[in-house]
Amino acid sequence: MRAVFAFWASHRAELAALLSQHVLLVALATAVAVAIGVPLGVLAARRPSVSAPIVAVANVVQTVPSLAMFGFLLPVPLIGGVGARAAAVVLILYALLPIIRTTIAGLNSIDRAIIEAGVALGMTPRELLWQVELPLAMPSIVAGVRVAAVVGVGTATIAAAIGAGGLGEYIYRGLSMVDTTVILAGAIPAALLALVVDGGLWGAERLMSSRRRRASRAAPAAAAAALLAVVLLSTGAAAGRSSGAVVVGSKNFTEQLVLGELLAQAIERYTGLAVERRFNLGGTLICDRALAAGDIDVYVEYTGTALTAIFHQPVTGTSGSDGGGHTPGQVYDVVRDLYARTGRTLLPPLGFDNTFAILVRGADARALGLKNIDDAARYSPKWRAGFGYEFLERPDGYPALARAYGAIGEKVVRTAEFAPALERALAADRPSLLWLKVDPQAITMSATIDQIRAQHAVKPS
Amino acid sequence: MPGAAIECHNVTFARGRRRVLNGFTLAVEQGEVLALVGRSGAGKTTLLKLVNRLLVPDSGTVRVEGRDTREWEPIRLRRRIGYVLQDVGLFPHMTVEENIAVVPSLEGWPTDRTHARVAELLELISLAPGRFAQRWPDELSGGERQRVGVARALGADPPVVLMDEPFGALDPLTRADLHAEFRRIQMRLRKTVIIVTHDMGEAFALGDRVGVLEDGALIVCDRADAVARSQDPRVRRLLDAIPAVPR
Repeated sequence: MRAVFAFWASHRAELAALLSQHVLLVALATAVAVAIGVPLGVLAARRPSVSAPIVAVANVVQTVPSLAMFGFLLPVPLIGGVGARAAAVVLILYALLPIIRTTIAGLNSIDRAIIEAGVALGMTPRELLWQVELPLAMPSIVAGVRVAAVVGVGTATIAAAIGAGGLGEYIYRGLSMVDTTVILAGAIPAALLALVVDGGLWGAERLMSSRRRRASRAAPAAAAAALLAVVLLSTGAAAGRSSGAVVVGSKNFTEQLVLGELLAQAIERYTGLAVERRFNLGGTLICDRALAAGDIDVYVEYTGTALTAIFHQPVTGTSGSDGGGHTPGQVYDVVRDLYARTGRTLLPPLGFDNTFAILVRGADARALGLKNIDDAARYSPKWRAGFGYEFLERPDGYPALARAYGAIGEKVVRTAEFAPALERALAADRPSLLWLKVDPQAITMSATIDQIRAQHAVKPS
Repeated sequence: MPGAAIECHNVTFARGRRRVLNGFTLAVEQGEVLALVGRSGAGKTTLLKLVNRLLVPDSGTVRVEGRDTREWEPIRLRRRIGYVLQDVGLFPHMTVEENIAVVPSLEGWPTDRTHARVAELLELISLAPGRFAQRWPDELSGGERQRVGVARALGADPPVVLMDEPFGALDPLTRADLHAEFRRIQMRLRKTVIIVTHDMGEAFALGDRVGVLEDGALIVCDRADAVARSQDPRVRRLLDAIPAVPR
């Protein structure tokens, strides 16, 4: 815990920025969800025939896992893409269901005699809605907003996966660094924020049901004004950002963060252009879509990954250097053409061959006299094997490995992060196999830098 | 007499297959209190709803102030007709003052006029404005709530008032108090009132004329003493239901 405090102390400015991003995102999304959800709820309560489809759609939306939702929205123009806007859209979609539900429930629970009295006294439907129905449904609606906002605080942590910032950034950073301190540095404020939001709205709810009219009219007005201010601030903040800067993206694992940072620093150093970093994007697909949408300008991709994961091309023959399939040069040419056809430019290679390797514990290798994968393959059916999601799926990954060496691993463990898998493998009571991406040897980014210079019309320094 | 305040002519109204009103004819004069008696389900509430155009007759006509309700703009019509509901239906999120001021506010009265009107009405129903104006409906007794319901119906001084079993849920003593109160108020205001009840005793206590509704039609409608002498068995059954004090 002391480590977490130390982390906060040394990251004070960043923490404040992430926290305010988080609050803005949730406030904006909740405000918009109220603006959409309450009228929809009113409509549904008025016309039961519309109610079922509205609630059904909102229900279905709710069941989509949030990370998948971010993925679905990536290719959608205007609302999709990478960044706070897409994150806000996802949060809005999640917030709608509780708000619609409680609006309907609140309106339907009003005593019929009271509605009848309003009509009989000569209220128009609009007057009835504003003066009788909405005030009486308000406690229920606020309860729904409360649920929506608290869920939003939680979901917003996942939004860091698409570069929306917020406290989730610490959580993702901590996960990829296997550093509990960093995870807690994001998770604790997020949890506290949820409590504060819940408590604050609970107070608002109490204030409204306490029937003090002055307060009950003033409180929603004040809340609306606060939300509006927040929305204006956040749109202002959004507009103030990213003006002419080169946006460098990266995927969410260590090597990509290193490559992204190298690229970013190189661009800053050699072109003098402002660089905005959008690191830690949640995977190949998200980076690619972000690039296509123009949300990021450049990121480091692997030709084999582009071939199989982005363009879904078959790998002819087994991968590797047995000469049966594409050579790295051929793959590069194929992928460059595919990128060109879809309006993206594949820059010259950075100059390192980054491939997969298979790890076993040194002690096991020495004890069994293992020299290569062939040796390991003899024992490996009884071992436990850990592979990343992407490696397991890629045709040139696990499937090719299994085809070449037969059954691998009595039990295949799927894992998102290498480092925790490594820790477990080292501590295991029996040998394990692990995949690993071999690290870059020499990285030359000059071609990339030249390209960015050319595009931004920067003279060579 | 020209221009009865409320006229129903040969009105039929059905709910699904069931004919609630069947050839119903009635005229209520200006300033008159008509008490309509009938059992539950006799069509009393339906009649009131036809008068303020919450419902429209299937055939026949309902005229208010000489105009067919179908020609009235419903909102305008309803604001000229006070309505006291069976279960009061005070707005729980509004104070007594706000409840009484509902129609004046809808009509866009200036605040000071509304305020004066509320005080006047509270005096009229014998609730001290200083003590009651800022109370919430759930802080009132049943009798006080009914009085506020009456005051709310009178808010914008409508010429016509409809009352749907307004004193039904009260204990006999409170009810007797309110009957007296009602007569006193009516002496002053001279509204055109239709009051609906299932209690013949209450009808005699309040109505200038008493009508008996059965099977969707008016079987008698006359001054109280004439109704009391009626030999119609359906009327006699209602008369015999009035509790008598044993001697």
